[in-house]
Amino acid sequence: MRWINRRPSRGATLVLHCLPFALLIVAYLIGSAIRLEANPNDKLLPSLATLADTVNRMAFQPDPRTGDYLLWSDTAASLWRLFAGLGISTALALVIGLLIGLLPVMRATLAPFIAFVSMVPPLALLPILFIVMGLGEASKIALIVIGVAPILIRDLSLSAQALPREQIVKAETLSASTWLIGLRVVLPQVLPRLLTSLRLQLGPAFLFLIAAEAISADSGLGYRIFLVRRYLSMDVIFPYVAWITLLAVIGDRLIDLARRRVFPWSELEGAR
Amino acid sequence: MTALTVERVWKEYGDQIVLENISLEVAPRAFVALVGPSGCGKTTFLRMLLGQEQPTRGRILLDGAPLPPEPGPDRGVVYQRYSVFPHLTVLGNVMFGPELRASRRLGRTFGATRRRIEEQARTMIGEVGLEGAETKYPAQLSGGMQQRLALAQALMMQPRVLLLDEPFGALDPGIRADIHVLMKRLWNEVPMTVVMVTHDLREAFSLATRIIAFERTRTRTEELERYGATITKDIVLWPPRVAGQRTMFEIDTLPGRDDPALFAAPSGTTR
Ligand SMILES: Nc1ncnc2c1ncn2[C@@H]1O[C@H](COP(=O)(O)OP(=O)(O)OP(=O)(O)O)[C@@H](O)[C@H]1O
Ligand SMILES: [Mg+2]
Repeated sequence: MRWINRRPSRGATLVLHCLPFALLIVAYLIGSAIRLEANPNDKLLPSLATLADTVNRMAFQPDPRTGDYLLWSDTAASLWRLFAGLGISTALALVIGLLIGLLPVMRATLAPFIAFVSMVPPLALLPILFIVMGLGEASKIALIVIGVAPILIRDLSLSAQALPREQIVKAETLSASTWLIGLRVVLPQVLPRLLTSLRLQLGPAFLFLIAAEAISADSGLGYRIFLVRRYLSMDVIFPYVAWITLLAVIGDRLIDLARRRVFPWSELEGAR
Repeated sequence: MTALTVERVWKEYGDQIVLENISLEVAPRAFVALVGPSGCGKTTFLRMLLGQEQPTRGRILLDGAPLPPEPGPDRGVVYQRYSVFPHLTVLGNVMFGPELRASRRLGRTFGATRRRIEEQARTMIGEVGLEGAETKYPAQLSGGMQQRLALAQALMMQPRVLLLDEPFGALDPGIRADIHVLMKRLWNEVPMTVVMVTHDLREAFSLATRIIAFERTRTRTEELERYGATITKDIVLWPPRVAGQRTMFEIDTLPGRDDPALFAAPSGTTR
Protein backbone atom coordinates (compact mmCIF):
# COMPACT_ATOMS: atom_id res chain seq x y z
CA MET A 1 0.00 0.00 0.00
CA ARG A 2 1.15 3.58 -0.64
CA TRP A 3 2.37 5.50 2.35
CA ILE A 4 -0.19 8.18 1.67
CA ASN A 5 -2.93 5.63 2.38
CA ARG A 6 -1.46 4.09 5.50
CA ARG A 7 -3.14 5.17 8.68
CA PRO A 8 -1.82 4.14 12.08
CA SER A 9 -4.21 2.29 14.37
CA ARG A 10 -5.37 4.02 17.54
CA GLY A 11 -2.75 2.36 19.70
CA ALA A 12 -0.03 3.09 17.18
CA THR A 13 -1.18 6.71 17.01
CA LEU A 14 -0.76 7.05 20.75
CA VAL A 15 2.72 5.53 20.61
CA LEU A 16 3.65 7.83 17.73
CA HIS A 17 2.32 10.85 19.67
CA CYS A 18 4.62 10.00 22.58
CA LEU A 19 7.64 9.01 20.54
CA PRO A 20 9.23 12.46 19.96
CA PHE A 21 8.73 13.36 23.62
CA ALA A 22 10.34 10.10 24.72
CA LEU A 23 13.25 10.64 22.34
CA LEU A 24 13.81 14.14 23.69
CA ILE A 25 13.83 12.92 27.29
CA VAL A 26 16.16 10.04 26.48
CA ALA A 27 18.53 12.34 24.61
CA TYR A 28 18.54 14.69 27.60
CA LEU A 29 19.22 11.88 30.04
CA ILE A 30 22.10 10.53 27.96
CA GLY A 31 23.61 13.98 27.51
CA SER A 32 23.21 14.76 31.18
CA ALA A 33 24.78 11.43 32.21
CA ILE A 34 27.76 11.97 29.93
CA ARG A 35 28.41 15.49 31.20
CA LEU A 36 27.97 14.59 34.86
CA GLU A 37 30.33 11.66 34.36
CA ALA A 38 33.01 14.07 33.20
CA ASN A 39 32.29 16.71 35.82
CA PRO A 40 29.93 15.98 38.77
CA ASN A 41 29.53 19.74 39.35
CA ASP A 42 28.35 20.43 35.82
CA LYS A 43 25.33 22.77 35.89
CA LEU A 44 24.33 22.68 32.24
CA LEU A 45 22.32 19.44 32.12
CA PRO A 46 21.35 18.61 35.72
CA SER A 47 20.35 15.04 36.57
CA LEU A 48 16.75 13.99 37.09
CA ALA A 49 17.32 13.82 40.83
CA THR A 50 18.56 17.41 40.94
CA LEU A 51 15.62 18.55 38.82
CA ALA A 52 13.11 16.77 41.05
CA ASP A 53 14.80 18.26 44.09
CA THR A 54 14.57 21.77 42.67
CA VAL A 55 10.95 21.37 41.60
CA ASN A 56 10.14 20.20 45.07
CA ARG A 57 11.91 23.19 46.57
CA MET A 58 10.31 25.74 44.21
CA ALA A 59 6.82 24.34 44.28
CA PHE A 60 6.26 22.79 47.68
CA GLN A 61 8.54 24.54 50.16
CA PRO A 62 8.13 28.14 51.19
CA ASP A 63 10.90 30.45 50.16
CA PRO A 64 12.94 31.18 53.29
CA ARG A 65 13.15 34.86 52.47
CA THR A 66 9.54 35.71 51.51
CA GLY A 67 7.60 32.69 52.73
CA ASP A 68 6.04 32.25 49.26
CA TYR A 69 5.84 29.06 47.29
CA LEU A 70 7.84 30.54 44.45
CA LEU A 71 6.57 28.50 41.49
CA TRP A 72 2.98 29.27 42.39
CA SER A 73 3.45 32.92 43.24
CA ASP A 74 5.41 33.38 40.00
CA THR A 75 2.70 31.57 38.03
CA ALA A 76 -0.04 33.66 39.60
CA ALA A 77 1.78 36.91 38.86
CA SER A 78 2.48 35.96 35.26
CA LEU A 79 -0.95 34.56 34.51
CA TRP A 80 -2.60 37.64 35.93
CA ARG A 81 -0.60 39.84 33.54
CA LEU A 82 -1.29 37.48 30.68
CA PHE A 83 -5.04 37.38 31.31
CA ALA A 84 -5.24 41.13 31.71
CA GLY A 85 -3.28 41.69 28.50
CA LEU A 86 -5.22 39.15 26.47
CA GLY A 87 -8.55 40.28 27.94
CA ILE A 88 -7.95 43.90 27.03
CA SER A 89 -6.71 42.86 23.58
CA THR A 90 -9.79 40.73 22.97
CA ALA A 91 -12.14 43.49 24.05
CA LEU A 92 -10.35 45.97 21.78
CA ALA A 93 -10.42 43.51 18.90
CA LEU A 94 -14.14 42.94 19.32
CA VAL A 95 -15.03 46.59 19.32
CA ILE A 96 -12.55 47.98 16.80
CA GLY A 97 -12.40 44.87 14.61
CA LEU A 98 -16.17 44.71 14.26
CA LEU A 99 -16.44 48.43 13.55
CA ILE A 100 -13.81 48.15 10.82
CA GLY A 101 -15.35 45.00 9.43
CA LEU A 102 -18.90 46.34 9.41
CA LEU A 103 -18.83 50.02 8.63
CA PRO A 104 -17.12 51.33 5.49
CA VAL A 105 -16.65 54.70 7.21
CA MET A 106 -14.79 53.17 10.14
CA ARG A 107 -12.79 51.01 7.75
CA ALA A 108 -11.66 54.07 5.86
CA THR A 109 -10.75 55.80 9.12
CA LEU A 110 -9.05 53.05 11.07
CA ALA A 111 -7.90 50.22 8.81
CA PRO A 112 -4.73 51.91 7.46
CA PHE A 113 -3.87 53.18 10.94
CA ILE A 114 -4.21 49.75 12.53
CA ALA A 115 -2.23 48.20 9.69
CA PHE A 116 0.50 50.76 10.41
CA VAL A 117 0.45 50.26 14.18
CA SER A 118 0.60 46.50 13.83
CA MET A 119 3.95 46.87 12.09
CA VAL A 120 5.59 48.67 15.02
CA PRO A 121 7.89 46.17 16.74
CA PRO A 122 6.39 46.02 20.25
CA LEU A 123 9.65 45.21 21.99
CA ALA A 124 11.15 48.41 20.64
CA LEU A 125 8.41 50.26 22.48
CA LEU A 126 9.20 48.60 25.79
CA PRO A 127 11.61 51.32 26.99
CA ILE A 128 9.01 53.95 26.18
CA LEU A 129 6.40 52.02 28.12
CA PHE A 130 8.69 51.73 31.12
CA ILE A 131 9.42 55.43 31.00
CA VAL A 132 5.83 56.52 30.54
CA MET A 133 3.97 53.96 32.64
CA GLY A 134 6.60 53.11 35.19
CA LEU A 135 8.00 49.73 36.06
CA GLY A 136 4.79 48.32 37.52
CA GLU A 137 2.14 46.04 36.12
CA ALA A 138 0.70 48.56 33.68
CA SER A 139 3.69 48.62 31.37
CA LYS A 140 3.88 44.83 31.17
CA ILE A 141 0.19 44.50 30.37
CA ALA A 142 0.47 47.33 27.88
CA LEU A 143 3.27 45.51 26.07
CA ILE A 144 1.10 42.42 25.65
CA VAL A 145 -1.78 44.55 24.40
CA ILE A 146 0.40 46.43 21.94
CA GLY A 147 1.84 43.20 20.67
CA VAL A 148 -1.35 41.18 20.40
CA ALA A 149 -4.28 43.56 19.88
CA PRO A 150 -3.46 44.90 16.39
CA ILE A 151 -3.19 41.40 15.00
CA LEU A 152 -6.43 40.31 16.65
CA ILE A 153 -8.14 43.45 15.35
CA ARG A 154 -6.95 42.90 11.80
CA ASP A 155 -7.83 39.24 11.85
CA LEU A 156 -11.29 39.92 13.20
CA SER A 157 -12.05 42.70 10.74
CA LEU A 158 -10.81 40.56 7.85
CA SER A 159 -12.99 37.66 8.85
CA ALA A 160 -15.95 40.00 9.28
CA GLN A 161 -15.38 41.33 5.76
CA ALA A 162 -14.97 37.82 4.43
CA LEU A 163 -18.57 36.95 5.28
CA PRO A 164 -20.49 36.65 2.03
CA ARG A 165 -22.14 39.94 1.09
CA GLU A 166 -25.28 37.92 0.44
CA GLN A 167 -25.64 37.28 4.16
CA ILE A 168 -25.63 40.96 4.99
CA VAL A 169 -28.15 41.72 2.27
CA LYS A 170 -30.24 38.79 3.41
CA ALA A 171 -30.26 40.15 6.95
CA GLU A 172 -31.37 43.54 5.61
CA THR A 173 -34.31 41.88 3.88
CA LEU A 174 -35.14 40.36 7.27
CA SER A 175 -35.42 43.91 8.65
CA ALA A 176 -32.08 44.00 10.49
CA SER A 177 -30.52 47.36 11.34
CA THR A 178 -26.76 47.91 11.22
CA TRP A 179 -26.64 47.23 14.95
CA LEU A 180 -28.62 44.01 14.65
CA ILE A 181 -26.50 42.83 11.72
CA GLY A 182 -23.42 43.38 13.85
CA LEU A 183 -24.92 41.73 16.91
CA ARG A 184 -26.76 38.78 15.44
CA VAL A 185 -25.12 38.06 12.07
CA VAL A 186 -21.49 39.14 12.14
CA LEU A 187 -20.50 38.87 15.81
CA PRO A 188 -21.56 35.25 16.33
CA GLN A 189 -19.85 34.22 13.12
CA VAL A 190 -16.52 35.91 13.89
CA LEU A 191 -16.34 34.79 17.53
CA PRO A 192 -15.10 31.27 16.71
CA ARG A 193 -12.46 32.79 14.50
CA LEU A 194 -11.52 35.22 17.28
CA LEU A 195 -10.99 32.31 19.67
CA THR A 196 -8.79 30.59 17.12
CA SER A 197 -6.65 33.63 16.55
CA LEU A 198 -6.46 34.14 20.31
CA ARG A 199 -5.02 30.65 20.49
CA LEU A 200 -2.44 31.51 17.89
CA GLN A 201 -1.55 34.65 19.82
CA LEU A 202 -0.86 32.78 23.08
CA GLY A 203 2.73 32.20 22.00
CA PRO A 204 3.45 35.86 21.19
CA ALA A 205 1.64 36.92 24.37
CA PHE A 206 3.98 34.78 26.46
CA LEU A 207 6.93 36.16 24.52
CA PHE A 208 6.01 39.75 25.38
CA LEU A 209 5.21 38.81 28.96
CA ILE A 210 8.56 37.18 29.56
CA ALA A 211 10.43 39.95 27.79
CA ALA A 212 8.80 42.53 30.04
CA GLU A 213 9.35 40.47 33.18
CA ALA A 214 12.96 39.84 32.26
CA ILE A 215 13.71 43.53 32.31
CA SER A 216 11.79 44.67 35.32
CA ALA A 217 9.72 42.72 37.81
CA ASP A 218 9.84 41.28 41.29
CA SER A 219 7.93 38.11 40.51
CA GLY A 220 6.75 36.13 37.54
CA LEU A 221 7.92 33.18 35.51
CA GLY A 222 10.08 35.26 33.19
CA TYR A 223 11.55 37.20 36.09
CA ARG A 224 12.60 33.98 37.84
CA ILE A 225 14.24 32.52 34.75
CA PHE A 226 16.29 35.62 34.13
CA LEU A 227 17.10 35.98 37.83
CA VAL A 228 18.56 32.48 38.24
CA ARG A 229 20.35 32.72 34.90
CA ARG A 230 23.06 34.63 36.79
CA TYR A 231 23.79 31.50 38.83
CA LEU A 232 23.53 29.18 35.82
CA SER A 233 20.69 27.42 37.62
CA MET A 234 19.59 25.21 34.77
CA ASP A 235 17.80 23.07 37.33
CA VAL A 236 15.34 25.97 37.80
CA ILE A 237 15.27 27.19 34.21
CA PHE A 238 14.41 23.84 32.64
CA PRO A 239 11.36 23.13 34.82
CA TYR A 240 10.18 26.72 34.42
CA VAL A 241 10.41 26.53 30.63
CA ALA A 242 8.56 23.22 30.64
CA TRP A 243 5.92 24.69 32.96
CA ILE A 244 5.42 27.78 30.77
CA THR A 245 5.07 25.54 27.74
CA LEU A 246 2.57 23.37 29.56
CA LEU A 247 0.54 26.42 30.57
CA ALA A 248 0.46 27.62 26.97
CA VAL A 249 -0.61 24.19 25.72
CA ILE A 250 -3.37 23.97 28.32
CA GLY A 251 -4.56 27.46 27.41
CA ASP A 252 -4.59 26.51 23.75
CA ARG A 253 -6.63 23.38 24.42
CA LEU A 254 -9.08 25.13 26.72
CA ILE A 255 -9.80 27.87 24.19
CA ASP A 256 -10.37 25.33 21.45
CA LEU A 257 -12.63 23.29 23.71
CA ALA A 258 -14.62 26.40 24.51
CA ARG A 259 -14.98 27.20 20.82
CA ARG A 260 -16.34 23.76 20.03
CA ARG A 261 -18.70 23.79 23.00
CA VAL A 262 -20.09 27.26 22.48
CA PHE A 263 -20.16 27.29 18.67
CA PRO A 264 -20.93 23.71 17.64
CA TRP A 265 -21.83 24.83 14.14
CA SER A 266 -18.30 26.11 13.51
CA GLU A 267 -17.08 22.51 13.43
CA LEU A 268 -19.48 21.41 10.69
CA GLU A 269 -18.14 20.73 7.23
CA GLY A 270 -18.88 23.59 4.86
CA ALA A 271 -20.31 25.84 7.54
CA ARG A 272 -18.31 28.66 6.07
CA MET B 1 -52.04 48.67 -10.79
CA THR B 2 -48.54 47.32 -11.15
CA ALA B 3 -46.35 45.80 -8.52
CA LEU B 4 -43.07 46.70 -10.14
CA THR B 5 -42.34 49.40 -12.64
CA VAL B 6 -38.94 49.65 -14.27
CA GLU B 7 -38.50 52.84 -16.25
CA ARG B 8 -35.70 53.11 -18.79
CA VAL B 9 -33.10 51.67 -16.50
CA TRP B 10 -29.42 51.61 -17.45
CA LYS B 11 -26.65 50.05 -15.45
CA GLU B 12 -22.99 50.73 -16.04
CA TYR B 13 -19.92 49.58 -14.19
CA GLY B 14 -17.24 52.10 -15.05
CA ASP B 15 -17.01 52.06 -18.82
CA GLN B 16 -18.88 48.85 -19.22
CA ILE B 17 -22.56 49.10 -19.99
CA VAL B 18 -24.25 46.04 -18.57
CA LEU B 19 -27.92 46.80 -19.06
CA GLU B 20 -29.42 49.36 -21.36
CA ASN B 21 -32.84 50.87 -21.51
CA ILE B 22 -34.82 48.28 -19.62
CA SER B 23 -38.50 49.15 -19.24
CA LEU B 24 -40.90 46.76 -17.66
CA GLU B 25 -44.22 46.63 -15.88
CA VAL B 26 -44.92 43.66 -13.69
CA ALA B 27 -48.45 42.95 -12.49
CA PRO B 28 -49.06 42.15 -8.84
CA ARG B 29 -48.80 38.44 -8.07
CA ALA B 30 -47.03 37.78 -11.35
CA PHE B 31 -44.29 35.16 -11.48
CA VAL B 32 -41.63 36.50 -13.80
CA ALA B 33 -38.84 34.25 -15.01
CA LEU B 34 -35.73 36.07 -16.13
CA VAL B 35 -33.58 34.18 -18.61
CA GLY B 36 -30.57 35.02 -20.74
CA PRO B 37 -27.00 34.04 -21.44
CA SER B 38 -24.42 34.05 -18.68
CA GLY B 39 -23.02 37.50 -17.93
CA CYS B 40 -25.88 39.42 -19.53
CA GLY B 41 -26.83 41.14 -16.30
CA LYS B 42 -29.62 39.09 -14.74
CA THR B 43 -28.09 39.12 -11.29
CA THR B 44 -27.31 42.81 -11.69
CA PHE B 45 -30.95 43.48 -12.50
CA LEU B 46 -32.10 41.47 -9.50
CA ARG B 47 -29.68 43.39 -7.28
CA MET B 48 -31.23 46.64 -8.45
CA LEU B 49 -34.71 45.35 -7.63
CA LEU B 50 -33.34 44.39 -4.25
CA GLY B 51 -31.85 47.83 -3.67
CA GLN B 52 -28.34 46.45 -3.31
CA GLU B 53 -27.28 48.31 -6.46
CA GLN B 54 -28.61 51.57 -7.88
CA PRO B 55 -29.47 52.05 -11.55
CA THR B 56 -27.09 54.39 -13.34
CA ARG B 57 -30.06 55.94 -15.11
CA GLY B 58 -33.81 55.42 -14.89
CA ARG B 59 -35.86 54.42 -11.90
CA ILE B 60 -37.66 51.53 -10.33
CA LEU B 61 -41.01 51.82 -8.57
CA LEU B 62 -42.57 49.38 -6.15
CA ASP B 63 -46.35 49.72 -5.97
CA GLY B 64 -45.96 53.19 -7.46
CA ALA B 65 -43.39 54.45 -4.95
CA PRO B 66 -39.68 54.80 -5.72
CA LEU B 67 -37.64 51.92 -4.42
CA PRO B 68 -35.68 52.70 -1.24
CA PRO B 69 -31.93 52.74 -1.93
CA GLU B 70 -31.20 49.77 0.31
CA PRO B 71 -32.64 46.30 0.86
CA GLY B 72 -35.61 46.03 3.18
CA PRO B 73 -38.20 43.58 4.46
CA ASP B 74 -40.67 44.31 1.64
CA ARG B 75 -38.39 42.43 -0.76
CA GLY B 76 -37.26 38.92 0.11
CA VAL B 77 -34.41 37.13 -1.57
CA VAL B 78 -33.13 33.60 -2.06
CA TYR B 79 -29.74 33.03 -3.64
CA GLN B 80 -28.22 29.90 -5.03
CA ARG B 81 -25.91 29.82 -1.99
CA TYR B 82 -25.35 31.75 1.25
CA SER B 83 -29.05 32.37 1.73
CA VAL B 84 -29.28 31.00 5.25
CA PHE B 85 -27.19 31.71 8.32
CA PRO B 86 -24.75 28.91 9.16
CA HIS B 87 -24.70 29.78 12.87
CA LEU B 88 -28.44 29.41 13.35
CA THR B 89 -30.47 26.21 13.44
CA VAL B 90 -33.35 25.63 11.06
CA LEU B 91 -35.79 26.98 13.64
CA GLY B 92 -33.46 29.87 14.45
CA ASN B 93 -33.15 30.76 10.77
CA VAL B 94 -36.90 30.78 10.21
CA MET B 95 -37.56 32.77 13.39
CA PHE B 96 -34.74 35.18 12.63
CA GLY B 97 -36.63 37.81 10.61
CA PRO B 98 -39.63 38.16 12.93
CA GLU B 99 -37.30 38.19 15.96
CA LEU B 100 -35.24 41.00 14.47
CA ARG B 101 -38.39 42.90 13.68
CA ALA B 102 -39.85 42.43 17.15
CA SER B 103 -36.71 43.21 19.14
CA ARG B 104 -34.73 46.13 17.75
CA ARG B 105 -32.23 46.21 20.63
CA LEU B 106 -31.28 42.56 21.20
CA GLY B 107 -32.63 40.83 18.12
CA ARG B 108 -33.96 38.15 20.45
CA THR B 109 -37.41 37.66 21.86
CA PHE B 110 -38.63 36.02 25.03
CA GLY B 111 -41.83 34.83 26.61
CA ALA B 112 -45.12 35.19 24.80
CA THR B 113 -43.68 37.01 21.78
CA ARG B 114 -41.16 34.28 21.31
CA ARG B 115 -43.78 31.57 21.60
CA ARG B 116 -45.94 33.28 19.01
CA ILE B 117 -43.03 33.64 16.56
CA GLU B 118 -41.92 30.09 17.20
CA GLU B 119 -45.38 28.79 16.48
CA GLN B 120 -45.52 30.67 13.18
CA ALA B 121 -42.05 29.44 12.35
CA ARG B 122 -42.97 25.83 13.03
CA THR B 123 -46.02 26.15 10.80
CA MET B 124 -43.82 27.59 8.06
CA ILE B 125 -41.26 24.82 8.53
CA GLY B 126 -44.04 22.29 8.10
CA GLU B 127 -45.26 24.19 5.06
CA VAL B 128 -41.92 23.74 3.25
CA GLY B 129 -41.55 20.13 4.39
CA LEU B 130 -38.74 20.51 6.90
CA GLU B 131 -40.45 19.24 10.02
CA GLY B 132 -38.09 17.10 12.09
CA ALA B 133 -35.06 19.16 11.07
CA GLU B 134 -35.75 22.10 13.42
CA THR B 135 -32.62 21.69 15.52
CA LYS B 136 -30.22 21.03 12.64
CA TYR B 137 -27.71 23.54 11.35
CA PRO B 138 -27.72 24.39 7.62
CA ALA B 139 -24.46 22.53 7.06
CA GLN B 140 -26.27 19.38 8.17
CA LEU B 141 -28.97 19.78 5.49
CA SER B 142 -28.94 18.71 1.85
CA GLY B 143 -28.90 21.39 -0.86
CA GLY B 144 -32.62 20.99 -1.48
CA MET B 145 -33.43 21.30 2.21
CA GLN B 146 -31.26 24.41 2.48
CA GLN B 147 -33.21 26.07 -0.33
CA ARG B 148 -36.51 25.10 1.31
CA LEU B 149 -35.19 26.67 4.47
CA ALA B 150 -34.20 29.81 2.58
CA LEU B 151 -37.71 30.08 1.13
CA ALA B 152 -39.27 29.61 4.55
CA GLN B 153 -36.98 32.22 6.06
CA ALA B 154 -37.78 34.77 3.35
CA LEU B 155 -41.54 34.10 3.45
CA MET B 156 -41.75 34.71 7.20
CA MET B 157 -41.37 38.42 6.44
CA GLN B 158 -44.38 38.34 4.07
CA PRO B 159 -42.46 40.22 1.37
CA ARG B 160 -44.38 41.94 -1.38
CA VAL B 161 -41.75 40.84 -3.87
CA LEU B 162 -39.71 37.67 -3.69
CA LEU B 163 -36.49 37.71 -5.70
CA LEU B 164 -34.85 34.42 -6.58
CA ASP B 165 -31.40 34.16 -8.20
CA GLU B 166 -31.01 30.69 -9.68
CA PRO B 167 -32.40 29.29 -6.43
CA PHE B 168 -32.64 25.72 -7.67
CA GLY B 169 -29.69 25.76 -10.06
CA ALA B 170 -27.52 23.52 -7.91
CA LEU B 171 -30.16 20.88 -7.23
CA ASP B 172 -30.46 17.54 -8.99
CA PRO B 173 -33.54 17.00 -11.19
CA GLY B 174 -35.59 14.92 -8.77
CA ILE B 175 -35.15 17.34 -5.88
CA ARG B 176 -35.74 20.21 -8.24
CA ALA B 177 -39.11 18.79 -9.33
CA ASP B 178 -40.16 18.49 -5.68
CA ILE B 179 -39.16 22.02 -4.88
CA HIS B 180 -40.97 23.28 -8.00
CA VAL B 181 -44.18 21.84 -6.62
CA LEU B 182 -43.49 23.66 -3.36
CA MET B 183 -42.60 26.90 -5.14
CA LYS B 184 -45.81 26.80 -7.14
CA ARG B 185 -47.89 26.17 -4.07
CA LEU B 186 -46.25 28.99 -2.13
CA TRP B 187 -46.76 31.40 -4.99
CA ASN B 188 -50.41 30.40 -5.13
CA GLU B 189 -50.94 30.84 -1.43
CA VAL B 190 -48.80 33.82 -0.49
CA PRO B 191 -49.74 37.25 -1.86
CA MET B 192 -46.44 38.13 -3.45
CA THR B 193 -44.89 38.91 -6.79
CA VAL B 194 -42.00 36.67 -7.77
CA VAL B 195 -39.02 37.45 -9.99
CA MET B 196 -36.81 34.45 -10.60
CA VAL B 197 -33.54 34.26 -12.52
CA THR B 198 -32.98 30.87 -14.05
CA HIS B 199 -30.92 29.14 -16.69
CA ASP B 200 -33.44 26.35 -17.02
CA LEU B 201 -36.08 27.12 -19.65
CA ARG B 202 -38.21 24.17 -18.57
CA GLU B 203 -38.23 25.58 -15.07
CA ALA B 204 -39.16 28.98 -16.46
CA PHE B 205 -42.07 27.60 -18.46
CA SER B 206 -43.36 25.35 -15.72
CA LEU B 207 -43.42 28.01 -12.99
CA ALA B 208 -43.74 31.45 -14.49
CA THR B 209 -46.61 33.53 -15.73
CA ARG B 210 -44.27 35.55 -17.86
CA ILE B 211 -40.82 34.97 -19.26
CA ILE B 212 -38.42 37.78 -20.00
CA ALA B 213 -35.19 37.28 -21.89
CA PHE B 214 -32.22 39.61 -21.56
CA GLU B 215 -29.73 39.57 -24.37
CA ARG B 216 -27.08 41.70 -25.97
CA THR B 217 -28.21 42.71 -29.42
CA ARG B 218 -24.71 43.66 -30.50
CA THR B 219 -22.11 41.05 -29.91
CA ARG B 220 -19.09 42.11 -31.97
CA THR B 221 -16.09 42.20 -29.63
CA GLU B 222 -15.45 45.92 -30.05
CA GLU B 223 -19.08 46.63 -29.21
CA LEU B 224 -19.26 44.53 -26.08
CA GLU B 225 -18.28 47.30 -23.67
CA ARG B 226 -20.43 50.00 -25.18
CA TYR B 227 -23.68 48.13 -25.62
CA GLY B 228 -25.47 46.36 -22.80
CA ALA B 229 -28.15 43.73 -22.75
CA THR B 230 -31.76 44.63 -23.12
CA ILE B 231 -35.12 42.86 -23.18
CA THR B 232 -35.30 40.78 -26.35
CA LYS B 233 -38.29 38.59 -25.56
CA ASP B 234 -41.28 39.06 -23.33
CA ILE B 235 -43.55 36.03 -23.34
CA VAL B 236 -46.77 35.88 -21.37
CA LEU B 237 -47.80 32.30 -20.86
CA TRP B 238 -50.97 31.08 -22.50
CA PRO B 239 -53.35 30.05 -21.09
CA PRO B 240 -52.62 32.66 -18.45
CA ARG B 241 -51.63 31.44 -15.03
CA VAL B 242 -53.20 33.36 -12.20
CA ALA B 243 -52.01 33.03 -8.64
CA GLY B 244 -54.43 31.02 -6.57
CA GLN B 245 -56.18 29.57 -9.61
CA ARG B 246 -55.45 26.69 -11.90
CA THR B 247 -55.27 26.67 -15.63
CA MET B 248 -56.82 23.73 -17.38
CA PHE B 249 -53.38 22.31 -18.09
CA GLU B 250 -52.31 22.16 -14.50
CA ILE B 251 -54.75 19.80 -12.94
CA ASP B 252 -51.95 17.89 -11.26
CA THR B 253 -49.65 20.59 -10.12
CA LEU B 254 -51.50 21.70 -7.03
CA PRO B 255 -51.68 18.57 -4.93
CA GLY B 256 -54.35 18.63 -2.28
CA ARG B 257 -55.81 21.93 -3.41
CA ASP B 258 -59.22 21.03 -4.68
CA ASP B 259 -61.29 23.10 -2.33
CA PRO B 260 -62.89 25.92 -4.33
CA ALA B 261 -63.21 27.97 -1.17
CA LEU B 262 -59.46 28.45 -1.25
CA PHE B 263 -59.70 30.49 -4.40
CA ALA B 264 -61.68 33.14 -2.65
CA ALA B 265 -59.02 33.57 0.01
CA PRO B 266 -55.76 32.58 -1.63
CA SER B 267 -53.61 34.08 1.05
CA GLY B 268 -55.18 32.56 4.10
CA THR B 269 -53.51 29.21 4.18
CA THR B 270 -49.97 29.73 5.33
CA ARG B 271 -50.44 32.03 8.20
N1 LIG C 1 -19.70 44.87 -9.07
C1 LIG C 1 -19.39 44.80 -10.39
N2 LIG C 1 -18.39 45.56 -10.89
C2 LIG C 1 -18.08 45.49 -12.21
N3 LIG C 1 -18.71 44.71 -13.11
C3 LIG C 1 -19.70 43.92 -12.67
C4 LIG C 1 -20.09 43.93 -11.29
N4 LIG C 1 -21.12 43.07 -11.14
C5 LIG C 1 -21.34 42.53 -12.36
N5 LIG C 1 -20.49 43.06 -13.28
C6 LIG C 1 -20.48 42.73 -14.70
O1 LIG C 1 -21.79 42.81 -15.17
C7 LIG C 1 -22.05 41.80 -16.11
C8 LIG C 1 -23.31 41.06 -15.72
O2 LIG C 1 -23.10 40.31 -14.55
P1 LIG C 1 -24.26 39.48 -13.86
O3 LIG C 1 -23.69 38.83 -12.67
O4 LIG C 1 -25.43 40.36 -13.66
O5 LIG C 1 -24.59 38.40 -14.97
P2 LIG C 1 -25.65 37.24 -14.93
O6 LIG C 1 -26.59 37.47 -16.05
O7 LIG C 1 -26.25 37.10 -13.58
O8 LIG C 1 -24.75 35.98 -15.26
P3 LIG C 1 -24.89 34.48 -14.75
O9 LIG C 1 -26.01 33.90 -15.55
O10 LIG C 1 -23.59 33.87 -15.11
O11 LIG C 1 -25.15 34.51 -13.28
C9 LIG C 1 -20.83 40.91 -16.14
O12 LIG C 1 -20.12 41.21 -17.33
C10 LIG C 1 -20.03 41.32 -14.94
O13 LIG C 1 -18.67 41.27 -15.26
MG1 LIG D 1 -26.16 35.62 -12.01
